[in-house]
Amino acid sequence: MQNNNNNNNDIKIRVKDMNFYYGKVNALKNLNLDFKSKFVTAIIGPSGCGKSTFLRTLNRMHELYPDQRVEGEALLDGRNIFEMDAMELRSRIGMVFQRPNPFSKSIFENVAFGPRIRGERNHSRLSEIVEDSLRKAGLWDEVKDKIKESAYALSGGQQQRLCIARALAVHPDVLLFDEPTSALDPIATAKIEELIVQLKKIVTVIIVTHNMQQAARISDNTVFMMLGEIIETGPTDKIFTAPKEKLTEDYITGRFG
Amino acid sequence: MSLFEEDLKKLKARILEMGGLVESAIKDSVRALTDRDDQLAEAVIKRDHVINALDVEIDEEAIKLIVRMQPKGSDLRFITTAMKITTDLERMGDICVNIAERALEINKEPILKPYIDIPRMRELAQGMTRDALDAFMNKDQRLATDVIMRDDEVDDLKYGIIEELLSLMMLDPSKVSRGMKISFVAQYLERIADHATNIAEMAIYLVVGKIIRHTAYAVEQNDKG
Repeated sequence: MQNNNNNNNDIKIRVKDMNFYYGKVNALKNLNLDFKSKFVTAIIGPSGCGKSTFLRTLNRMHELYPDQRVEGEALLDGRNIFEMDAMELRSRIGMVFQRPNPFSKSIFENVAFGPRIRGERNHSRLSEIVEDSLRKAGLWDEVKDKIKESAYALSGGQQQRLCIARALAVHPDVLLFDEPTSALDPIATAKIEELIVQLKKIVTVIIVTHNMQQAARISDNTVFMMLGEIIETGPTDKIFTAPKEKLTEDYITGRFG
Repeated sequence: MSLFEEDLKKLKARILEMGGLVESAIKDSVRALTDRDDQLAEAVIKRDHVINALDVEIDEEAIKLIVRMQPKGSDLRFITTAMKITTDLERMGDICVNIAERALEINKEPILKPYIDIPRMRELAQGMTRDALDAFMNKDQRLATDVIMRDDEVDDLKYGIIEELLSLMMLDPSKVSRGMKISFVAQYLERIADHATNIAEMAIYLVVGKIIRHTAYAVEQNDKG
């Protein structure tokens, strides 16, 4: 539920004149948008509207592929993320994917991975980080007795929460979620949704979802995209009860196309 | 408790708050008449905007919950009936303003006769309002049914009052103005009891999932005994 108990109107990420190209195809067209700090912002829109592409550019996943390029700026606390060190950027902006993708390691090692490659060697310090991250991800009580077991022994929902714990272990400012529950059953989905709402106490959340109901349930702000453009953004309550744009209205009422 | 349950609890608290204000308005508006207390009448009129504001606020909250939580089952019945109940409560508040306005007019004139049945009607209407809301909050079908059955008693009192006033007015035309206004008050109180009955009917919908308005529900319950 929207709470905004943080009276924080700070902008965490400011996107300015962003364009994105797959080869010659202009997949994101002149995006301008502010993501508020400690808010859950949902990005919705029909398949192919560019919402996942947009999310991926925010931690520069596109750089892993040839022929994809971005123009414009995305400022994280005022610093252009496209000019930051990629390693630093990805610890400040973490990402959780559609399918849980734990490493083929123990639960402990999955969470300790990030801090380790960033130089943390002290075992008791690592243990603290692992426990703290697992607690924040709501998984600690379920796994504390089998922390050395393989992450693959966990259920899908638990694996997804493990991936969230792994992302939290490096103390990010922002977490990006790309359809984080589309591979999960309703109970596991509800847990992840509650967790996302809890997480906004400590991080800024941006979530791409096909599921409009999910956006309505958990987000403070909603962004509606179509054909690579932002059609409308605003408080979720407003977007889902009285959107300004007819395209938004048509999409949320299922009268599309 | 899930976030949704917390929000439902908040919505409940707002409805109770609104119900409490309406109960006070019923009590105070009638007392303004029986005690010839103009200040109290003014206070009822002044306070009505708070009830109106809650009506809007509760509706907005309910719409938010529907859009955000896509409630189902008893949650859906609770939220939809909550929206209807606030409409009844808001109307009851307006009727109390009408009573207060009549009180201000009647208080300017000499006492026509001691008020006996009007306070009784007030007590019944106020009790029905309180119990209807309690029934709604506690999902208490028996209490709701009881409220619905009490409505006839209020109707009977109203007819008694109007008949009595009519005979006074026929004997002495100088009493027509006051007699008419007191008849209005009896009519107003009867309407308040009707709204309380509506709330009780919605409490029953909340519990059993069946809409009993415009049915012989009360008669059937009476036969059962």
